[in-house]
Amino acid sequence: MGLSPRPDANVVSIDPQSQESWVTTRLDFLVNWGRANSLWPMPFGTACCAIEFMASAASKFDLARFGMERMSFSPRQADVLICAGRVPFKLAPVIRRIWQQMPQPKWCISMGACASSGGMFDNYAVVQGIDTIIPVDVYVPGCPPRPEALIYGIMMLQKKIMAERMADKSLRNEMEPDPTSQLYIPPRLIDELSEPFGNSVHQTRSGL
Amino acid sequence: MATTKRTVDVQLSTTGMDSRGRPQRVPLVTDEAGNIVPMTAPPAAEPELEGDHMLINIGPQHPATHGVLRLVLELDGETVVRCIPHIGYLHCGFEKIGEYRQYNQIIPWTDREDYLNSPGNNVAFALGAERLFGIEITERCKVLRVIASELSRIISHCVWLGTFCIDIGAFTPFLWIFQQRERVYSMLESWIGARLTTTLTRVGGMGADIPDGFTEDLDNFCRTFPKVLAECDAMLTKNAIWVGRTIGLGAMSADEAVNYGLSGPMLRASGVAYDVRKDFPYLDYETYDFDIAVGQAGDVYDRFLVRMEELRQPIRILEQAPRRLPDGPVNVDDHRVILPPKSKATSDMESMIHHFKQVMEGPRPPIGEAYVAVESPKGEKGYYMVSDGTSKPVRWRIRPPSFVNLAAIPKMVEGHLLSDVIAINASIDIVMGEIDR
Amino acid sequence: MSTPFLPVVAGHAEGAGAMIPVTPRNVPHHGGPENPAAAALRAQFAAAVHRVGVVWGGTTVIVERAQVNAIVRWLRDDPSQRYDYCSDVTAVEFRDMERAIEVVWHLRSLPFRRFLRLKALIPRGEALVVPSIWDIHKGVDWLERECYDMFGIRFEGHPDLRRILMWEQYKEGFPLRKDFPLRGRFSRSEQLRQALAQNPEAKYSMEELSIAEAFEDLPAEMQQRLSTGERVGE
Repeated sequence: MGLSPRPDANVVSIDPQSQESWVTTRLDFLVNWGRANSLWPMPFGTACCAIEFMASAASKFDLARFGMERMSFSPRQADVLICAGRVPFKLAPVIRRIWQQMPQPKWCISMGACASSGGMFDNYAVVQGIDTIIPVDVYVPGCPPRPEALIYGIMMLQKKIMAERMADKSLRNEMEPDPTSQLYIPPRLIDELSEPFGNSVHQTRSGL
Repeated sequence: MATTKRTVDVQLSTTGMDSRGRPQRVPLVTDEAGNIVPMTAPPAAEPELEGDHMLINIGPQHPATHGVLRLVLELDGETVVRCIPHIGYLHCGFEKIGEYRQYNQIIPWTDREDYLNSPGNNVAFALGAERLFGIEITERCKVLRVIASELSRIISHCVWLGTFCIDIGAFTPFLWIFQQRERVYSMLESWIGARLTTTLTRVGGMGADIPDGFTEDLDNFCRTFPKVLAECDAMLTKNAIWVGRTIGLGAMSADEAVNYGLSGPMLRASGVAYDVRKDFPYLDYETYDFDIAVGQAGDVYDRFLVRMEELRQPIRILEQAPRRLPDGPVNVDDHRVILPPKSKATSDMESMIHHFKQVMEGPRPPIGEAYVAVESPKGEKGYYMVSDGTSKPVRWRIRPPSFVNLAAIPKMVEGHLLSDVIAINASIDIVMGEIDR
Repeated sequence: MSTPFLPVVAGHAEGAGAMIPVTPRNVPHHGGPENPAAAALRAQFAAAVHRVGVVWGGTTVIVERAQVNAIVRWLRDDPSQRYDYCSDVTAVEFRDMERAIEVVWHLRSLPFRRFLRLKALIPRGEALVVPSIWDIHKGVDWLERECYDMFGIRFEGHPDLRRILMWEQYKEGFPLRKDFPLRGRFSRSEQLRQALAQNPEAKYSMEELSIAEAFEDLPAEMQQRLSTGERVGE
């Protein structure tokens, strides 16, 4: 017999001459293809971005074209957390708990400037980016992003999912922040990174 | 086989009793034999069951709370005994940050505070700041601001209608009405370049004049939007399920509504004809021909009817406004507050100085204070600004209508069923961004 | 079928000859027509009315702090005033640290279509306490709570004066005070640590936990904490 040539990695091959009903593909590709095209988003809408998210889901932009018509309002039956809007400190434990309640595999889209970086709210109340609380896969810039931008972000996430490997366990590794790991940001660095920009925190020229 | 559509005549309602013996408005329906009967016979009294009260938590992440509201409900069986709302999950420090920004720099924040009504908030803030600066805006600017406010009323009520329908279980009007909303968005986009967060006004004028073809778009919208509205109306207003789920819920009497500080459609549904546009007019609203809708019972159904009418009335104003749009400048001719045109700023010494002073120091109002209220889609939206003579306000206060409206929810839901809490909450038309600020 | 419905129309007390209200134009900075309530208040509460001013068309009456409740009640009940609608309760602190903190009430009379601003001054160094008007206008419930949350002003007589926007164990102070920095008193990492240290499922207040069976449903660890008197607020 000998070895048959390895099929192209990302193509489902069908032999049209054959009467047999079988296909060959890579398991990774098949699983990722299924995952990427049937994402169940969990909209965590807090502010303005939630309205643009609703517009994306409504008639004109129609998110259902991307296999996302099934909004999951329960985190336990969701794949993608779409954090749309600003996240104040009072909401921080809530979004972390929601993230913990979602089953693997799960992804997170940070929609809008406020969720990604605190945006224009550099003050006492707002978390400066939800990536200080939960891991984020795709950042969608904009204040708020247009529905097209959100859809583009979702397509980027689908691309990312297509490149995943099931054998790579580290993708699904859930650990509390470990001070020895590379991902850990020490408090000193957080403070340094979130220094105020320009003179935006002074009330008057005298700095009061 | 002929299907009979079951409709109710909402004009004909009778007074009945609910299971707890309180008076309730009961709609009359025509049954299959053609007789007019009360829609639901009062259910037989349930036997008293032994048991303790139960604690139920709704939110902060729950699709029916329109954001991040949290309600803790004490239930006796399925009946709400007490409701304890928790807010503040979206507190972003707007008022604090306003003390660190110049007046024109605050306008982007007003977009994001009641984000369904951004152009309306921009107008409200600009009116407040202009009172504080002592500026009289131009006639053209006034008309443009009326157009912006009324478009903003329409898109805000569109979101309310869509989400209210979803909460009660009707999905179709959401899709219909969001299509219309997109049309308003594209008009706003052609005007100022942004869909949602418009930053439409400046102190003393507008960010931009309307583009060519805008009035034709507006006319087109005014012609076609009422048809879609009529479709929604035909689908909901006399629909037996809709009426059954909304009538008699969360009623507030006129005295209570005033005492609880309700405003906007919530107050008018309770039978108080108070509209800031009529009673404390601004932008020459007294010269436009429009009506305000007043409800009778102050229940969820009346609020629905009042808001539906408020979707129709702006069309009347939007038909009048472009007809009277005068030519002339949009911005005031006062370089203390309005930037000189860019071409002059680079060629004319005086304009350059004005430009420099405005950008570096910002316009300075005299010492004083001003409270200016407008009729936002949610109610009386007020901006209270205090100036100490510097270019940044000492205090920028937002009077949030839905904050005060929501404060009455413990009173409204008491004694109703758990499923009715969702309908009552949706009828308040809350925006958490405005409530928590 | 039912009695004819008559809406309560704002402005109904003005009488038949009343003018339709119009958009104010060229509002002067100081001066201009004074709200008739100011003169009436001077006559009724002579000693309690400190100063009356008209700024940008709005009449401001500065009154004695302790008398606020009585004044607001009189304004609502007197048939020639009828200030039945309380728009807003808020406070103003000035950048000048010597200047008194002002508590501001915005009242509206719907029957007469009038607007009045009441102010009470709290000089520096004195306790931040003013009387609540919750027993007169139920709508001020949350407004007073917010004012307490943001400024630390206590409204005496308010039934449930808790923090409303910030959580109950917020340690940094009162955000809208001028000595409060824009980014809060703690560093970003400390703010984040404190926020995440809260247990989102233990966020019932004591009042809520006292409801019937709820106590038994709590985890043993929380029951133990509650029985030692620990406050599990938000």
